[in-house]
Amino acid sequence: MSGQEMFALDDLARLFDMTVREDAVAGGLTVTVRNQTIVLSPGQSLASVGGRLISLPAAAVREGRSWYVPVDFVPRAIAPVLGSRLELRKPSRLILLGDIRAPRVAGRIEPLGSLARLTLDVAPATPHTVSQDGQHLNIRFEADMLDAALPATTAPDLIQNVRPGEGPAVVTIDLGPRFASFRSSDLAGPAGGGRIVIDIIGQTELPPGQPVPPPTPEQPPLLDLVPAGTLRTIVVDAGHGGTEAGAKGSGGALEKDLTFAVARRLKAALEARLGLRVILTREGDSTVGLDERAALANNNKADLFISLHVNASVRQTASGAEVFYLNLDEYGDAAQRVAHGESESLPVFGGGSRDIELILWEMAQARYIQESAALAQAVESSLRQHVPMSLRAIQQAPFRVLVGANMPAVLVEMGFITNAPQEKQLQSEEFQNLLVQGLVEAVSRFRDARGAGPSGAVR
Amino acid sequence: MSRLMAVVAAITVAGFAVLWLVIVKAPGWYGPSAPAATATAAAVAAVAGPERKIKATLYYVSEDGLSLVGAEREIPFGEPIVEQARRILEAQLREAPAPLASAIPAGTALRALFISERGDAFVDLSGDVTTKHLGGALDELFTVYVIVNALTVNLPSITRVQILIDGKETDTLAGHVDLRHPLHKNLSWLTPPASTAAGR
Repeated sequence: MSGQEMFALDDLARLFDMTVREDAVAGGLTVTVRNQTIVLSPGQSLASVGGRLISLPAAAVREGRSWYVPVDFVPRAIAPVLGSRLELRKPSRLILLGDIRAPRVAGRIEPLGSLARLTLDVAPATPHTVSQDGQHLNIRFEADMLDAALPATTAPDLIQNVRPGEGPAVVTIDLGPRFASFRSSDLAGPAGGGRIVIDIIGQTELPPGQPVPPPTPEQPPLLDLVPAGTLRTIVVDAGHGGTEAGAKGSGGALEKDLTFAVARRLKAALEARLGLRVILTREGDSTVGLDERAALANNNKADLFISLHVNASVRQTASGAEVFYLNLDEYGDAAQRVAHGESESLPVFGGGSRDIELILWEMAQARYIQESAALAQAVESSLRQHVPMSLRAIQQAPFRVLVGANMPAVLVEMGFITNAPQEKQLQSEEFQNLLVQGLVEAVSRFRDARGAGPSGAVR
Repeated sequence: MSRLMAVVAAITVAGFAVLWLVIVKAPGWYGPSAPAATATAAAVAAVAGPERKIKATLYYVSEDGLSLVGAEREIPFGEPIVEQARRILEAQLREAPAPLASAIPAGTALRALFISERGDAFVDLSGDVTTKHLGGALDELFTVYVIVNALTVNLPSITRVQILIDGKETDTLAGHVDLRHPLHKNLSWLTPPASTAAGR
């Protein structure tokens, strides 16, 4: 409805045991939940919740005999009143009410000669299963989500990466080329929590007393099957498009045309030179929403998201490229914890579910923030070899297109369209190729660092 | 169809909303009830002598276009806090002192200002702030944080600022900065870029 997802207020009233009273004279709505009052004023995208003002993305509207409120009414207005856990999952159109089981998972990896040991402390202890799926081990927890601080690998030949898996409560281990078998055991952990110990056993581990075997013939092809890094798919986002032209140059150049031109060149170069699968967020001059761009990357399980833009300034002298990654400061403490997850910063509660804040689906980027910083650095240093950079070459900002990306993500401002000489440059094939050259090198550099283990990419 | 009905419904109730706001909601807000109170305060000040002023730091775009610069200006005193906030923003929306440039498109007007009990300020700007915006990401950051910083730096009781456009919540001004939530003070563009060129 009007570009907003709305809930019928009557449905919510049944769901949350609310009474809705309409003030026929003034046209307002009073919603009573547990003796607290939420006042909605039609035409105002604000609501007063127990006297406290909150903002909504849109106003309540009446259609026929029913009132409709934006979906965010649920987490923003109802949740504070109920005082209990309430999670809204927009993509799946689910409202989760009640305690969310979100055990805290902290881990470490120790190389122990021919094996690597992954130890995960889970608080509170949570039932789980460990299963192998090709070159991955999946640890599935019986929980709604995880509050995970996963370790960087120290034994990449056995454990390439430990990362959040598919699904809200899955940890996935990407196995290294030397993996032969694994064993897992459950122990009691500190403070009433649980401890999972998984040993990843390498191929060269032999029963004692056996002579050295001939070189295993499978080993070289196995290494060939595993790519140098872990990058397969990249989404390249040509900023703006369609009705949103973006910034304009005095010579008539439009940001949307320049970003699309470079995006197409970049796609061709990444496919041809690095053998990657590249998806563009738009195939022509079409209007694409900011959420849709990140969603496209998420749905295609992209490993990187690179958004291309062109800058503008009230100062015509400003020039040079800039690289941005997300600033988490504006996304609350929950995002900070997802990003850093230092165990010492959080008390561990024994038993019961841990009291967590509402974690929004829109904060997907939070757990990739360090990799995004590493990617931004790779892009900045590679671009610098080819094109002029702004004095403020790397920055952090709360950019809307980056927040929802469930992968390392950067936004590249390729130059200032408001600077006349730079506008000309940006339009030239030669300069566009220089930008592409820098970006391809950056992706290649990031891939190599990541292939050497997440620690390589982050440092 | 549903959209049309929604619009019709919205227009029908809009008239009632104004009346209703004054009667039902005004006591819960600092906003709508503020101007009356301030008018009295200003009148008292006028009788008492020369107009009272406060010093406030306003923010402008530097000469190279890559930084924000703070400039101390005299602003008419206002009470309560929402009125002072309004006066600071009105000064911020005016032309920049040479040689600085304004980060806010000329013609942008302050339509309304509310402050919630939590210290979140809601700044409702006229549509010019997006329609006349140049569209660059850096300039968009400057536009947003000039407003956020002018309030949060000068009025410590305001901790966060959310920008609305023509009375409605908005995604972004020009396609970059996420405006769906209130934003905190951010002074990172105040340092000259040379010292941060190596990255943060």
